[in-house]
Amino acid sequence: MFAEYSASELTSIFAMQGFAGLILFSVFVLMALGLAIIFGQMGVINMAHGEFMILGAYVTYIISNLFADYLPVIYDSYFFVAMIVAFFVTAALGAFVEWAMIRHLYRRPLDTLLATWGLSLILQQLYRSVFGAREVGVTLPDWLMGSYPVTDLVEVPVNGLFVMGLTIVITVGVALMMQKSRLGKQTRAVVQNRPMAAAVGINTEKVDRMTFALGCGIAGIAGSAFTMIGSTGPTSGQLYIVDTFLVVVFGGASSLLGTVASAFTISQAQSTMEFFLSGSMAKVLTLLFVVGILMLRPQGLFTLKVRH
Amino acid sequence: MNKFADFIARNQYSHMIILAVLLLVILPLSMDIFRLNLVGKYLTYAFVALGLVLCWGYGGILSLGQGVFFGLGGYCMAMFLKLEASSPENTAIQSTPGIPDFMDWNQLTELPWFWEPFHSFGFTLFAVIAVPAVFAFIIAVAMFKRRVGGVYFAIITQAVAAILTILIIGQQGYTGGVNGITDLRTLHGWDIRTDEAKYILYYINALLLFICLFVAAFVIKSKLGRLLVAMRESEERVRFSGYDVSGFKIFIFCLAAAISAIGGAMFTLQVGFMSPTFVGIVPSIEMVIFCALGGRLSILGAVYGTLLVNWAKTSFSESFPELWLFAMGALFIGVVMAFPNGLAGIYQRYIEPLLLKLSKKDDSPSAPTPAAKDASSDKADNNEETLTSEERKHA
Repeated sequence: MFAEYSASELTSIFAMQGFAGLILFSVFVLMALGLAIIFGQMGVINMAHGEFMILGAYVTYIISNLFADYLPVIYDSYFFVAMIVAFFVTAALGAFVEWAMIRHLYRRPLDTLLATWGLSLILQQLYRSVFGAREVGVTLPDWLMGSYPVTDLVEVPVNGLFVMGLTIVITVGVALMMQKSRLGKQTRAVVQNRPMAAAVGINTEKVDRMTFALGCGIAGIAGSAFTMIGSTGPTSGQLYIVDTFLVVVFGGASSLLGTVASAFTISQAQSTMEFFLSGSMAKVLTLLFVVGILMLRPQGLFTLKVRH
Repeated sequence: MNKFADFIARNQYSHMIILAVLLLVILPLSMDIFRLNLVGKYLTYAFVALGLVLCWGYGGILSLGQGVFFGLGGYCMAMFLKLEASSPENTAIQSTPGIPDFMDWNQLTELPWFWEPFHSFGFTLFAVIAVPAVFAFIIAVAMFKRRVGGVYFAIITQAVAAILTILIIGQQGYTGGVNGITDLRTLHGWDIRTDEAKYILYYINALLLFICLFVAAFVIKSKLGRLLVAMRESEERVRFSGYDVSGFKIFIFCLAAAISAIGGAMFTLQVGFMSPTFVGIVPSIEMVIFCALGGRLSILGAVYGTLLVNWAKTSFSESFPELWLFAMGALFIGVVMAFPNGLAGIYQRYIEPLLLKLSKKDDSPSAPTPAAKDASSDKADNNEETLTSEERKHA
């Protein structure tokens, strides 16, 4: 399948597809980070994670419209406001869901899966009723338009670069927070040994709620970033949920490094193959590859050594 | 009335008989063929729900990819029917007569090798069960031998459902793509689209469902059923008692897959097509809610749950389509949070005691007093708990 391309063309193809893969990688990482915190740290399956992401996207859409109507002068900077609002809105919804639903189901992980699936159906229909079934998109500010030529065959779009930068910042931020901050330390303590954490005075219920809210909030940021590269519809979240779960499981559920590494592998494999095969076959092969590896190594790429 | 209540509450086959009367007599008499055919379609989902009762309710293995097996069974049957429908005479206008129409549209000039055996009806019947069972066996061996279970297993089965759907949609020339395999007409020259055929297929479907119900009841009552419950509660203990845990899990998963596949094949026969919309993640998870609503530990509950959810879905989507997803979502959350044992749990908790009370008014001396009954059921519970150790002695 490589025969009809020259060597320099092949390099360019790999570079371009690699870059497309990097954008996919950014979406995967942003979505998987929230999921990895919730699933890896708390053992809760949140099937509505995609809908939390889409909520972030819709919030961004609303804010961009508000800026366009009332503050057209500083429209260029709407994104930063939108991102922060998206974080807090989704985190608030996450905290509410944890309080109303998840906390009653910690002992039944398979049941959380079904309950959050129900939640995702409700949210989808809610989006459809409020925003309509058609996909909506935001107008990108000028400084995110266009592309940046690297060589005469390779061009990289600016919005992609921006999303990637954002991903790096957020990933580093989350990693630092889990390692250094009070909440991060408390979360890890609760994961490793809940009774002992409670015994030394950590309010484990509050930590659970904060962790869940944080994971959802990051999904909101992911949704915000998602508007930069694609349009948003009521069911957009569902398209990514299985891939994201695979990313988290493949990476080793409780390791953020593993999540990033597996998101990179999966997205690069998929986008490189997409050029040579049809999109659907690329996806099938990628998923098969991941499932195959998981059959050989069920604990994922990276594992955290914890005594149980 | 009291006698009737007594019969329902005490006879162990009474519930099965009531279901049989409902499905075989009441529904066919009270509905026109269009509605009855719809019920028949719902009942094919009940096969999947029944499989889920076995592997999820009793075995503790939640599969979110049961649609895969339903679909494989359905596709096997659809391939046979499609080949019969595309005889060279019927497809004379195609550029390659004798192959299914969608292959001709996709510039295929000969039948792919894996379609060839489906000319034979005997092979098809065999494949309907064998293909999904073997597929389930491969997944189950790879997963359970390595002690992957619970949430991980659920996610992997979901990925498998996603893979198969994308594959079917992508390989349009071999599978009919997103439209599926449509325009199925005859089975050995017998037109399956007439009203008479629909009645017959409905009864065949119902009978197969009862056979599967009896198989499931037998499995649950057997030693294997008890082991499954023991494994669900504490896998390590069973393993340390010297049992090969993975072997039992593999068996029950394959059995559930085979039962689902029968449902899929009957679906194709009754509805007249098969498409990837019944394979993917969304239908697979919906089938879990059929089982959960009926009660994940009740084989008859699975049938009632399926009928109820689908009846609600049909009537809702006819009158308030936008409300259906809200209702479905609320159903998922409500069943999980408030009624983990579903309708069967409600029945056992509230209706059965009522029936017992009614029947006690007869005061036949042979009927055990409540105290005696409690004592005997306590004893039964004790028996169940000590069973594993007893069985180990026997083994």
